[in-house]
Amino acid sequence: MEIELTAEHRLLRDTVRRFADEVVRPRAKEIDQTGEFPRAFFDQAGKLGLTGVTVPEEYGGAGMDAVSYCLVIEEVSRACATSGVILSVNNSLVCEPLLAHGTEAQKREFLTPLAAGAKLGCFALTEPGAGSDPAALRTTARRDADQYVLNGNKVFITSGTDADLALVFATVDPARKHRGITAFIVPAGTPGYSHGQHEFKLGVNASGTTELAFTDLRLPAGQRLGEEGEGFKIAMAALDCGRIGIAAQAVGIAQAAFEEALAYSQQREQFGRHLSDFQAIQFYLADMATELDAARLLTWKAAWAKEQGKRYTLEAAQAKLFASEMAQRVTNKALQIHGGYGYTREYNVERYFRDARITEIYEGTSEIQKMVIADWVVNRA
Amino acid sequence: MAELSPRTAQPPELRQAAAAAAELTPVAAAGRAGVERQAGSGIDFSLSGEQELLREQVRRFAEERIRPGVQERDRTHRFPQEIVAEMAELGLLGMMVPEEYGGSGADVLTYAIAVEELARVCPATAVTMSVTNSVCCWPIVRFGAARLKQRVLPELTRGALGAFGLTEPGSGSDPGSLRTTARRERSSWVLDGEKAWITNAGFARWYVVFARTDPRGGKRGLSAFVVPADAPGLAIGQPEEKLGVKASRTAALYFNGCRIPDENLLGAFGQGLQIAFATLDHSRVGIAAQAVGIHQRALELAVAYARDRVQFGVPIAQHQAIQWKLAEMATELAAARLLAYRAAIAATEGGGEERSELAGAAGEAEEAAGAAGAAATHPGSRRRGDPGRLAAEAKLFASEAANRACYASLQIHGGNGFHDDHEISRLYRDVRVTTIYEGTSEVQRLVIARHLLAG
Repeated sequence: MEIELTAEHRLLRDTVRRFADEVVRPRAKEIDQTGEFPRAFFDQAGKLGLTGVTVPEEYGGAGMDAVSYCLVIEEVSRACATSGVILSVNNSLVCEPLLAHGTEAQKREFLTPLAAGAKLGCFALTEPGAGSDPAALRTTARRDADQYVLNGNKVFITSGTDADLALVFATVDPARKHRGITAFIVPAGTPGYSHGQHEFKLGVNASGTTELAFTDLRLPAGQRLGEEGEGFKIAMAALDCGRIGIAAQAVGIAQAAFEEALAYSQQREQFGRHLSDFQAIQFYLADMATELDAARLLTWKAAWAKEQGKRYTLEAAQAKLFASEMAQRVTNKALQIHGGYGYTREYNVERYFRDARITEIYEGTSEIQKMVIADWVVNRA
Repeated sequence: MAELSPRTAQPPELRQAAAAAAELTPVAAAGRAGVERQAGSGIDFSLSGEQELLREQVRRFAEERIRPGVQERDRTHRFPQEIVAEMAELGLLGMMVPEEYGGSGADVLTYAIAVEELARVCPATAVTMSVTNSVCCWPIVRFGAARLKQRVLPELTRGALGAFGLTEPGSGSDPGSLRTTARRERSSWVLDGEKAWITNAGFARWYVVFARTDPRGGKRGLSAFVVPADAPGLAIGQPEEKLGVKASRTAALYFNGCRIPDENLLGAFGQGLQIAFATLDHSRVGIAAQAVGIHQRALELAVAYARDRVQFGVPIAQHQAIQWKLAEMATELAAARLLAYRAAIAATEGGGEERSELAGAAGEAEEAAGAAGAAATHPGSRRRGDPGRLAAEAKLFASEAANRACYASLQIHGGNGFHDDHEISRLYRDVRVTTIYEGTSEVQRLVIARHLLAG
């Protein structure tokens, strides 16, 4: 067993941290308040190889391993959680399924620009009536000769306002339930494709979350990803990977909050002493550091399990569940340590506190993670 | 694996990446070379073949030799000397002692796995074993002079038990305030005082004992000694009645003009507190592993019961309320195990070594953490002082999580679990001590905070 990062990993982490500190962090507060989608960040991330971290170089990616991917998402999220999720979705939920299920032609045409950061991808699964239960989705795909015709609506689509391409899940036969679900590669300019306006949210405010609508949208059959009826499996596999990204995002947010709380506790004086001299504050810091380390280890373990080529559904769900709930607790304590100042926008911790909240919800709520974990523990152990 | 990974086949272009990283501003100008083509992951969460084998062997031993009679020993508080003898035969006592002294020369992770597997069946037996290994053998190996080691260690590895005498009635979390004294008399040391809650008391052959050698106090006012069970003036108290780990022996030690030879001084004169802290930094990994073993069993019992027990017409495992508890237990178990194993690896890599040097300079080991600020929370960063923090984190998290797990498991068992004869009832009592001994959870938090704030 070896739990130390390699020299290459540390170099990568330091490189991404510098990029995040110098380029991403300076804009984080502003885009949180304006909601402006950070497209320039995505372009720069692409040039650094962060948009297709685990995609082989022949398809425009950086050809790195899954632990590297965790480091990238953690470091970017430490500076800006919005930027972290935009990267995570492009990497995990769009590039990964294209790599795993795409034909050679699809990889050349669609994966390569996404992995290289020339194009931005989004993942369109959730619908107004299909959140935790995606098998209930109602977007339809009707076969018409060598084309498919898509109709339906998607909601809460990260990067939806700015994406160049959507991976869309629709059913070819609602009667077949999840076995009818099929995945499609849909460029944003396709006639019949439209997206809504930027929606203000509690956190990760600039991630371009919006609705997508498909109205008699026609696609060549060659833009179907995988087989008919294979979409549900493709979506679930993508979410396994996505959960590693969200776990890493949660770790990054919590790390930022922890660092600022630690520094603040050593500056702020009350009762003639630094806050860090009080046991109550020391205990908060100790718990925060411990839980952060535990979450990071679970995240790396899930990434390692993915690298082994085995099914890693359990590890990813555990990492996502623990890391997201940890981030909620750690950002909450960081805000508490900052007191009234922490509640103002003068400090970053209120943003971390808001941003952390979504990690318990998207890509499978904590409740869904527990269902997944319980299934493994009860039925598959 | 037969498959060749194209990633690992590529040579790492480290130099190029390092150069790019060095001139990263503006980062876009550095181009993709800054991060691409990293070599494969050095991170590996799998155990070695030897470690897997040891786990199997200890599990089989625990199931076949310790499980029979475990409930009865809990009820009668009988100390299982026959099991101690078998553990010695298997090499489980003195696991980390170098082979030249008759030990197994195992690394700390291997030791932790053994503790975990023993605790999964009987936490009382596990603590009997871990105390001998980590708070008696370890400081002797680490700080003992050659002659002392040659005399003491071969006995300990052959089945003589060890113990650790630090705590006193008035000195628990604050060992610097202890009052047992040791004074020099010709070529002997003479000890006077009382030690409390000593695991293995009365069954141990050797006791590592801490006493005040400088009445003016101060950080160098304590020294450590190795005291044989038959030393004149040493008496053992009555066995304590405890909430749990009842088949382990806990009793007081009374030193009444207890005379030991000069050479039984462990380490240097005045080094006692440092030895105590270094030992606890190390031994906490064992208690974390003990908690992991209990947690593992609590989950197994809960899953088995929930599959079997039918209420409202279905196995209760089908109710989400029960599923939630199982999922939380399993997730915290995974986290606790990773923290424990990482702390074990860090301890193997010479934590005690660095800590003792630091402590020698700074006086008090727990204040001598070298970790600097937030960066220290990255497990990837190797820093002096890290092993102590990692052990404290592991012990804190694993013991608290195991307590939650036993609570939840007993709740899943309902009235059946509340019955004295049920295994979960015993584990529920046994697990409680893991947040107390070898440093309470509160002391762990102090240790962690001191590391964090040392930067």
